[in-house]
Amino acid sequence: MSILVETNTRVICQGFTGKQGTFHSEQCIAYGTQMVGGVTPGRGGQTHLGLPVFNTVQDAVNTTGATATMIYVPAAFAADAILEAADGGIKIIVCITEGIPVLDMLKVKTVLNDHYPDVYLIGPNCPGIITPDDCKLGIMPGSIHKRGSIGIVSRSGTLTYEAVAQTTSCGLGQSTCIGIGGDPIHGMSFIDCLKLFQQDAQTEGIVMVGEIGGTDEEEAAQYIQASVTKPVVAYIAGMTAPKGKRMGHAGAIISGGKGTAQDKFAALESVGVKLARNPTEIGKRILECF
Amino acid sequence: MNIHEYQAKKLFADYKIPVPTGHMATNANEAKQHAQDLGGNTWMVKAQVHAGGRGKAGGVKKADSKDIVTDITQSLIGTSLITHQTGVTGQPINKVLIESTSEIQSELYLSLLVDRATTRVAIIASKAGGMDIEQVAADTPEQIINVTIDPVVGIQAYQCREIAFALDLEAEQRKQLTVLLYNLYRLFIEKNLSLVEINPLVITQQGDLLALDAKINIEDNALYRHKDLAALYDSTQEDEKEHKAREFDLNYIALDGDIACMVNGAGLAMATMDVIKMHGGEPANFLDVGGGTTAEKVTEACKIILSDLKVKAILINIFGGIVRCDLIAAGVIQAVQDTGTTLPIIVRLEGTNVEKGKDMLTQSGLAIITADDLDDGAKKAVLAAKG
Repeated sequence: MSILVETNTRVICQGFTGKQGTFHSEQCIAYGTQMVGGVTPGRGGQTHLGLPVFNTVQDAVNTTGATATMIYVPAAFAADAILEAADGGIKIIVCITEGIPVLDMLKVKTVLNDHYPDVYLIGPNCPGIITPDDCKLGIMPGSIHKRGSIGIVSRSGTLTYEAVAQTTSCGLGQSTCIGIGGDPIHGMSFIDCLKLFQQDAQTEGIVMVGEIGGTDEEEAAQYIQASVTKPVVAYIAGMTAPKGKRMGHAGAIISGGKGTAQDKFAALESVGVKLARNPTEIGKRILECF
Repeated sequence: MNIHEYQAKKLFADYKIPVPTGHMATNANEAKQHAQDLGGNTWMVKAQVHAGGRGKAGGVKKADSKDIVTDITQSLIGTSLITHQTGVTGQPINKVLIESTSEIQSELYLSLLVDRATTRVAIIASKAGGMDIEQVAADTPEQIINVTIDPVVGIQAYQCREIAFALDLEAEQRKQLTVLLYNLYRLFIEKNLSLVEINPLVITQQGDLLALDAKINIEDNALYRHKDLAALYDSTQEDEKEHKAREFDLNYIALDGDIACMVNGAGLAMATMDVIKMHGGEPANFLDVGGGTTAEKVTEACKIILSDLKVKAILINIFGGIVRCDLIAAGVIQAVQDTGTTLPIIVRLEGTNVEKGKDMLTQSGLAIITADDLDDGAKKAVLAAKG
């Protein structure tokens, strides 16, 4: 088993015929993802990469039975694309797009919470989700992954790759890896992912990669104490980040003295999470748990 | 993106939020003329810089004659203001705001911001106006009023009343505050702000609400919708290198150390800084070249980090996913050739097309030190910087 996506997950791409959508759909198909079509308004009826193109998500879902989507539409249209996916009946929405205005995401988040409680949104501004050998929805390089026992959840793209490469080279491999994204308002949280990893039989250990800003890691620590029995290793980026400066990600900022890496490390350590204070020791720390 | 107080007050006026009458001046003659036009016997002269704490730093002064308006303006313009929010070099003062003065009964605090914890816009208010609100929140949290707005229905009158009663306002002021909050919320949403702060919001002797100060931050991601606001960008208030980076759509932040970093991905860039520090070095910057980068952007990024004269070594850390290592290598080689730098360059490449990238660096004949992983790279960079 794995979480959220597996070998039979039927996937569409929104922004399918665009440059990004085309490139990454090709990569996902090559990886073995069961892509069943894509959406580009106005190009319905055409064929792209050997798959049908639809005008709307609703059409795509009705025809293909897709349950998951990956979104590559430009930031100005991404909030609309997420809501269209939810309304069309998609259950797993992966939004890769970065730079979505935060007020757009506030509305999306409210509508999803109020009307689509069973929909999982991953991202925006994230690398996506992958269950090694089975299904890849996103922009991560497939080759560094290896099917295995560690669940990985991360706020940062390339840091996820670090965690993946280390768990691959230490032999443990990954059950599923999720990049939840670097924006202040995003879909799935650490807690949502921890909950699924805890329930998943294939997952034996969990790696959590956080960063400065917000209090998601502190909340995750409380959840781990109450509900997670599997070993958890955590790394938090931004020990040396100055206050009040946005470190690339819109969500990575220490403001009002809140959201420092020190606080997050301390909260996680206090509930028994093993810390990788150096990001190159993630693999070593998780290996020590077994 | 930050804008100046006089620009924020113009937006306030557009949205019928009461502000003192005032005009911006770029020199003493203009300032004197504004004082003349405004009338009265006293004026405020306020330095326009993108930083808080201006009052304590001597950037806000009261003048009781037009000659003093001239004198204060002359003493401010062309200098830099150093406040607790600026660095040691301060922010250059190119403009002042000349305003009519007001008789003040009491001072309140009011702000709107995006609260990530509740995923809503939050209104923060307090009777402790004029103070450092973070200090108030830390010392006397009971003095902070926090109300959040459902983005689907928007601000409601009962919420405004809740805030007004908590601030102990009289009936007339409660009405004024409700109107003000509706207008402020509309401004926040329509202009895609990430912060609007009025500190202080005063009650005048006449019993009217008046926004004595105005701080606005516009969300960068939404600037494409507001060309008029994007045009208010003031490069003089930014670090020169950060300004240059913005032009090339690079995420760059200048720091005080001597090891320059170039990394793909914000998280990995922060991690790179952390590991440098862990090995006893000091990073000179944060730099994320991003996912959709090009060789040209990498070259520009290199030039920006090389323009920092404190830099003694450069650490390039790339985990190629979408970014190809060969493209990074081409950009680095070009930058080294263009600038003729002799600084030690440590490169750690991983991921897509890594072998091709490494070969290009080796064959370039440049004195490039390769590293096996981030830890190894950081150690070598620290060693190189110590020279």
